[in-house]
Amino acid sequence: MASLGKLAAQGAAATTLKSQNGGEYSARAIGFLFALWFSLFVAVLFLGTLIIVTVIEGAPKFSLNLFTEYSSSNPDNAGARAAIFGSVFVIATTAVLAIPLGVAAATYLEEFADKRRWWNRLIELNVQNLAAVPSIVYGLLTLGLLATVGFKSKNFVLAGGIALALLILPVIVIATREAIRSVPSEIRQGSLALGASPWQTVWRQILPSSIPGIATGSILALSRALGEAAPLLLLGALVYVTFDPTSLMSGFTTMPIQIFSWTGRPQEGFHELAAAASILLLVLLVIMNGLAIFIRNRFQKRW
Amino acid sequence: METNSPDQPASSATVRPTPSDVALPDQPDAVLTCDNVDVYYGSFKAVEQVNLGFGLNEITALIGPSGCGKSTLLRSLNRMNDLVEGARVAGTVSFMNEDIYGPGVDAIEVRRRIGMVFQKPNPFPKSIYDNIAYGARVTGMKVSSMDDLVEEALTRAALWDEVKDKLKQSAYGLSGGQQQRLCIARTIAIKPDVILMDEPCSALDPIATMRIEDLMQELRKDYTIVIVTHNMQQAARVADRTAFFTALPDETTGNRTGVLVEYGKTGQIFGAPNDKRTEDYISGRFG
Ligand SMILES: Nc1ncnc2c1ncn2[C@@H]1O[C@H](COP(=O)(O)OP(=O)(O)O)[C@@H](O)[C@H]1O
Ligand SMILES: [Mg+2]
Repeated sequence: MASLGKLAAQGAAATTLKSQNGGEYSARAIGFLFALWFSLFVAVLFLGTLIIVTVIEGAPKFSLNLFTEYSSSNPDNAGARAAIFGSVFVIATTAVLAIPLGVAAATYLEEFADKRRWWNRLIELNVQNLAAVPSIVYGLLTLGLLATVGFKSKNFVLAGGIALALLILPVIVIATREAIRSVPSEIRQGSLALGASPWQTVWRQILPSSIPGIATGSILALSRALGEAAPLLLLGALVYVTFDPTSLMSGFTTMPIQIFSWTGRPQEGFHELAAAASILLLVLLVIMNGLAIFIRNRFQKRW
Repeated sequence: METNSPDQPASSATVRPTPSDVALPDQPDAVLTCDNVDVYYGSFKAVEQVNLGFGLNEITALIGPSGCGKSTLLRSLNRMNDLVEGARVAGTVSFMNEDIYGPGVDAIEVRRRIGMVFQKPNPFPKSIYDNIAYGARVTGMKVSSMDDLVEEALTRAALWDEVKDKLKQSAYGLSGGQQQRLCIARTIAIKPDVILMDEPCSALDPIATMRIEDLMQELRKDYTIVIVTHNMQQAARVADRTAFFTALPDETTGNRTGVLVEYGKTGQIFGAPNDKRTEDYISGRFG
């Protein structure tokens, strides 16, 4: 009450619009702004240094050989061909497994689940939590799954795909739910009022309208999977592979793992190769993220 | 742009008396009836004890202050309320003497026979053509020529001349008034018996409103129309019969529940209301 009275008195006294305490340009505001700028500067500095060092180190080895040659004991004629193909195969498998499953799960949760039922609320809560689980846990889960089913080998494309699909599933579910939720309910009602079933409404209105959001979320999730090493290490992907994968049951290695493996070698030449492969991985990630941003901006908000 | 609107001054529509009063039977020949209808949202009773019949080929207006349950009642007439979690209807709503909430009744079929136009024009993010064809496609309607169906629906909704050269363009390129007529066209394309309209003109300018009102007069020859409006002049202009609702607070809970106050021919409701509350409302003293 006292402070209220004081405020009123102050209000009465302040007859001009001039700032009483420096306003936007007070010492505190400027100090705070500097702190923000400094944090940003430190973050960018580290990132920039990392990128520059990597580029300088990897540039000599960033050549055609990187794409065409298999790894070898001699860094001068080693390449990342097996790892590149391995990454492509594993990520494609991941996409095929995770996207339909994630979209279906999200559609169920948004459009069909009765939110008053405790099990649906529990599922929702768990999906949120799963997104925060460390990636290595998904490797362990896949390992357990393979052992239960009775597989002898564990380092094959499908196993890697399963581990990464489990990893990104919650992200895809969350992104798809966002996309579905942004479809105005008027569209849903309009469709149902014309005698469409809920199923037809989902299939012909909700999902087509959600595609940009689903695509953006999926690409970002896949780009995360592309850079992931931990769950695949558990599956024994840290192997010397000198062939292209040809099927879901082929052995494989991937780019992050190849980089990891090369970095551990004593010869300087392998470190350069690791840097070169890192450049390639970075370029791929930038392209994927750029694509996601492009899709988001291009198709956003048509209502 | 509402370019080729009929060159009829708005005022002539405003002063038009309700000529149908003369020929109108005292009791409507009801296709859709409410018997002791209560509508609940969870435990909250939004509408109470409505007894009302909507006459064949008549336009019935539902008026009343906002929050008195007009939209709620309207949505319960074609089971759009099914989509609202916790919504429940007690009493009987019957369409051609069949309880639409009865066992074995398909809500989808109910909505196909009793169409709905919403407050805000809600075209689909598709072409004009696909907007009209949508209902026929999803309901599996047997049509000899989809092109003819689209043309007929757009013609009936007085939109054909404005859009015939851009059927493949997005419906979002149309003006608000055109979009609303598109939504009406889309509804009549599936040949319903009843069309429910929830404040169909509240988002439109006066000229677009007038065109929709003219359109309703055309449509009443073939359809039974129920329109919710908060615009009393509009009810007076277009409706054959008018039902006035108000919201009464519950003594114990304080919840406001909608009740039907008075129902009759539009001329009577606006000219000689029986209930004091109706008189107060239409003369602008409350609401
Ligand atoms: N989906 C809903 N859930 C709960 N209450 C609702 C819902 N829709 C409307 N209501 C309530 O029901 C009452 C009637 O609302 P409504 O039918 O929209 O009135 P009107 O259309 O006459 O303005 C209001 O008290 C409103 O708050
Ligand atoms: Mg309303």
